[in-house]
Amino acid sequence: MEENNNSRRDFLKKLGIVVGVGAVATAGAVYVGYDYEKKKNPAGKMVKVLTADGKLMEVPEEDLIQAEMEAETQLTALTNRGREGIAGKSWVMVIDLSKCRNARMCMAACQGAHQLRPEQHHINVLRMQDTEKTAPYFMPKPCYHCDNPPCVKVCPVDATFKRQDGIVLIDNERCIGCRFCIAGCPYSARIFQWFEPRDVEKYADKEYDIELNVPQKKGTISKCLFSADRCREGELPYCVSACPNGVYYFGDMNEDVVVNGTTKEAMRFSELIRKNAGYTVHEELGTKPRVYYLPPKNRLFDYVPENPEQGEQNDTHHG
Amino acid sequence: MNQTLNQEDSKNTLRKIEDDLIRPLRNHKGFELWILFLLLMFIIGGYAYIIQLKDGLGVTGLRDYVSWGLYISNFVFFVAASLIGMLISSVLGLLKIKWITPISRIAEMIALAFAMWAGLVIIIDMGRPDRFPYVLLHARLQSPILWDVTVVTTYVAISTLLLVLPLIPDASILKRRMTDAPKWQQFIYTMVSSGWIASPEQYAIIRKSMRILAILIVPVALAIHTVTSWLFASTLRPGWDTTIFGPYFVTGAFVAGVAAVIIGMYFFRVNYRLANYITDFHFNRMGQLLVLVSLVYFYFNINEFLVPAYKMKTMDVHHLHGLFAGKHAVMFWSVQLFGLIIPLILLIFRPFRKPLPIMVISIFVIIGAWLKRYLIVVPAQEHTFLPIQNVPENFMVYQPTAVEIMLTLLPIAGVLLIITIIAKLFPVIPIWEIAHEKGVDESILK
Repeated sequence: MEENNNSRRDFLKKLGIVVGVGAVATAGAVYVGYDYEKKKNPAGKMVKVLTADGKLMEVPEEDLIQAEMEAETQLTALTNRGREGIAGKSWVMVIDLSKCRNARMCMAACQGAHQLRPEQHHINVLRMQDTEKTAPYFMPKPCYHCDNPPCVKVCPVDATFKRQDGIVLIDNERCIGCRFCIAGCPYSARIFQWFEPRDVEKYADKEYDIELNVPQKKGTISKCLFSADRCREGELPYCVSACPNGVYYFGDMNEDVVVNGTTKEAMRFSELIRKNAGYTVHEELGTKPRVYYLPPKNRLFDYVPENPEQGEQNDTHHG
Repeated sequence: MNQTLNQEDSKNTLRKIEDDLIRPLRNHKGFELWILFLLLMFIIGGYAYIIQLKDGLGVTGLRDYVSWGLYISNFVFFVAASLIGMLISSVLGLLKIKWITPISRIAEMIALAFAMWAGLVIIIDMGRPDRFPYVLLHARLQSPILWDVTVVTTYVAISTLLLVLPLIPDASILKRRMTDAPKWQQFIYTMVSSGWIASPEQYAIIRKSMRILAILIVPVALAIHTVTSWLFASTLRPGWDTTIFGPYFVTGAFVAGVAAVIIGMYFFRVNYRLANYITDFHFNRMGQLLVLVSLVYFYFNINEFLVPAYKMKTMDVHHLHGLFAGKHAVMFWSVQLFGLIIPLILLIFRPFRKPLPIMVISIFVIIGAWLKRYLIVVPAQEHTFLPIQNVPENFMVYQPTAVEIMLTLLPIAGVLLIITIIAKLFPVIPIWEIAHEKGVDESILK
């Protein structure tokens, strides 16, 4: 036992010496190399460059190399930009239910922009009737881009995520198709590409734009994106600009301004929802939606169902 | 039981046990036919999967509203059935209950086969199975799916050890006895026996390891089914948004698992002619166990359905109405009556705990358990907060397709195949543990 201990102590001592010598040698080598590099460029010619995120930096001239632009980088750039969002913005939508008369131009514009089949809805105009005695009304339902999004919480691979500007997006290059987000969303805002998407050949050569979610991919999720690609260009979303009845307002909560898609009239967001008793749907679920509704009061038209039987269906209450 | 036999008696007793338990491994009557049948199910299921890969998940009855169906029900059932390994070998074993010795391996085989396939069933349900590695490469700690993947793989690992460790002494015996077996089979025995020489140290190691594993597996097993229940309970949907899902699932799992083990016991007792080892006494005990777990599960059912039914919250009404009197009513009441309440009452009476009647009852219980998973998974998705409109009829009603049903059968065949292979390579009853109970000298168990 005693002998054993001695030999161990001995070993540790030797190990210490070896490690110590090694460390000194390494440090010396690093210093010599550093010194050499410094002497190589005595004038210290520095070049000013701009980084991708806009910072002004300096690098030694001989370190400069030509940046390469490949197709791969293009996709990564679009995805990185799309994942980050637009700094300083906080997008919000207001839907005036008193004006919606089920024109469905929003649905058509949306399906056209996002490569969707007729039965696939990023935005869906629902016939609602809250109770038996209350009046029915039409309710366009996009994704509510919740600030406490149940879909983002459950995603196992970060394929759906919340951006700094409030938009909840989908990366269909990442999505594994588990559909947990569909189970998680209480507003049924999400759809799945059960088959090859519409016109798949036509979009085959297109670069994937995460902010448009086109081209769509079989076996992945899609949903309303608040037209993030249009937001980037300072335009209104596809559905908002397509509405003929002035139902939609869209804008930035930070600036407290929303613009009506039909009349292009700008309003104070806070004032609009205060004066008109704006509300969000099922706020008791704690999801904190970014889409506000103005109640369906003072409508100047009758509720006309698409066809008479549909008006009689009970499914206007709940599914 | 605990008296030690002398050398001569030891040898004879061991010889008898070995003969009884090894005989079925040589008898291949009907075996090829059974394997052929399972392979046929594999081919059919594989064909269905190719269709699904080619055309997309749209070949199933799933659509945007009911987007989890047979595959996920199957997954929940598989996880449930796999829990039995923990109950039998671990909980009862730690309580020093002796009668489980001849059935512990059957329970472990069932547990491992179901747990292994549970992971694969999930891949069948994925829209992009090619991206399965993303679950680890881009893992997000917040998602219950990551928790599930973690605990299921851990459970498979521990269950494998719990099955393999007690195989070591048996493999050593098989190495000695099965000298006429093919080379590969002898190689397996040599590998598994891991240099077993029946020394007291080896016995100490193997017993201690099994004890540690038996303790470790309890929290892991509870975790796999609790986390599986959270896949549903972590959402806001009426019917899933409930706090008792964890224990509700776990107790339901015990019911399914006990029934599965009883069916397995009956099968091996008859086909492997093991009536002297898996006796009426064991069926009687398992019957009592089934009564106990069924009572607990019944209690959770009362809580799960009567409490919301008393309050009748708007959203719960649609869900409960569908189950109690609507389109799922026939299935719901059949499952509750024939899968839980009637078996529970019958099994209170001793004659029904005889092998044949209890096996028949267990078949009802296990079919009921499978359908119960379906009733948990599917109806809750049909009742959304906002109405389902402007979509074709097949988006509103979930109707499983032929492709989907064929592909659902594949993992079931897979489970049976794993059990079949293990039960053909190794004795379904641990020779060394039985011999030890009969007082055979431990040092000759090699």
